[in-house]
Amino acid sequence: MSKVDLAVKIGSLKLRNPIMLASGTVGYGNEISEFSDLNKLGAIVTKSLSLKPRKGNPPQRIVETPAGMLNAIGLANVGVEEFLKDKIPFLKKFDVPLICNIAASTIEEYVECTRLLDGEETIKAFEINVSCPNVKDGGLQFGNDKNAVGLVTSKVRAATNKPLIIKLSPNVSYISEFAQVVKDEGGDAVSAINTLVGTAFNIFTRKPKIFNVNGGLSGPAIKPVALAKVLEISQKVDIPIIGIGGIMNWKDVIEFMIVGSVAVQIGTLNFIDPTAPEKMIKELEDYCINNKISKLSELTASYVI
Amino acid sequence: MFIINSSVIETKQVHENIFIQKIHSPEIAEIIKPGQFLNIRVSEATFPLLRRPFSICDVEGENIYLMFNILGEGTRILARKNPGELIDILGPLGNGFKLDDDFKSAIIVAGGLGAAPFPFVTRSLKNKKEILTFVGGRTKQDVITYGMENYILSSDDGSIGFNGNVVQSLERNLDKIDIASSKVFGCGPNAMLRVLKDYCINNNLDCEVSTECAMACGFGICQGCPIESTSNTDKYLLVCKDGPVFNVKDVVI
Repeated sequence: MSKVDLAVKIGSLKLRNPIMLASGTVGYGNEISEFSDLNKLGAIVTKSLSLKPRKGNPPQRIVETPAGMLNAIGLANVGVEEFLKDKIPFLKKFDVPLICNIAASTIEEYVECTRLLDGEETIKAFEINVSCPNVKDGGLQFGNDKNAVGLVTSKVRAATNKPLIIKLSPNVSYISEFAQVVKDEGGDAVSAINTLVGTAFNIFTRKPKIFNVNGGLSGPAIKPVALAKVLEISQKVDIPIIGIGGIMNWKDVIEFMIVGSVAVQIGTLNFIDPTAPEKMIKELEDYCINNKISKLSELTASYVI
Repeated sequence: MFIINSSVIETKQVHENIFIQKIHSPEIAEIIKPGQFLNIRVSEATFPLLRRPFSICDVEGENIYLMFNILGEGTRILARKNPGELIDILGPLGNGFKLDDDFKSAIIVAGGLGAAPFPFVTRSLKNKKEILTFVGGRTKQDVITYGMENYILSSDDGSIGFNGNVVQSLERNLDKIDIASSKVFGCGPNAMLRVLKDYCINNNLDCEVSTECAMACGFGICQGCPIESTSNTDKYLLVCKDGPVFNVKDVVI
């Protein structure tokens, strides 16, 4: 039996397979490397980095909801400087494309972060977080505003030649309009979706269950929403899509590819079974063999409607 | 730390709504230390979705013990596991109690289900140190003495033991304790730990507590369980990785 070609391309970025680990669910790689051989994965995306370290929100940051969880971490991160000094040396040891996720409060901060990280050859691409719902100054304001997303894309584009991915918010009416703006301003790909805004209250104290009141909903509960958003972009805009949202197994990966994703990111599942993403690679290969598919990338946008 | 399926040997109800589950897990039993914890996936369904963190309650040979109450769907499923059924364990996680420090007497202070880590602590210190244990709860239903020795009981409503909280119970018995050669080990609700922290600091008692916080992963990647540090206010510590056991001097409870 000839080997299945699992490789996929996100613009000029080649991945050995479509399984990426999502930002905010792998830290800076060290903890998860104890469970999983990072070298087998398609790519890993760092926790969102900001120019200066961020402390993040006070507890409670997490609450479980039916088939999902709400989080309001508040972009706690070590900042660009410490990342380059203390985290890159560990990540350098691996032969897996490293994508840096950047979060910022101003356009200038996005550009400055990109500039500082651009010279580091270990970093193969950037993913710009314009859609974090959990910080007061930034994130969602950008993600909800087409002009702002366009401006962030064009300014960051000017600061790097590396592949540029914009992570889109699902908390908008027409996500494809945002994907179009990203394409028009020179972005190479979009990742969709970030978390959905949600909340949960204690019925006895009548207080919110998380400190930030609102959090970002992730996990299998959001998968149908994510699939619909990916499909919408796929039908309307010619841009590579990285599908994200509640993937729990290899079947979900296939489903995300069929509706239009070139690759996928695994998020919440890493908290539950950090060994799962690596196992999916073999399962994807088996699916291809059983269904006589020689190139996994053929699945992208292969929907029959 | 690793993920392993281990089989349930038996689940016993030792108190109203308190269960002790015995699990055959030689891999965990061999390396886990008192005060560490396990993050358990009770089913492969998407609800409950996340793992549940449990203190290691005790270790005996190749078997480990958990102590829990039924709080929601996750613990309900766990309590119903039949002998031979497998449970998915991620661990051992976190840092345990420092039991090798230079102290002669261990003062254990347990509030309610905060009793969970102390059978293993008691087993580990027995024959090496003197142990004096204070066990308290809101009512006698919440006072759990499983696996404890040489204990003094208290309850907030006076239904068993001293009528008052567990820290007041400790205070009443201070004459039994040589402060300089004792170390306090506490676990319980945050409100109790706060009072215990103040009491120990004011009385120069060395004290470690096991803290808890809602978390998803249990090993540092979700960043879901921050706890304020007393030495560096720019950065939170994580209950899962930096704790769950902390010296009371190091954290804001």
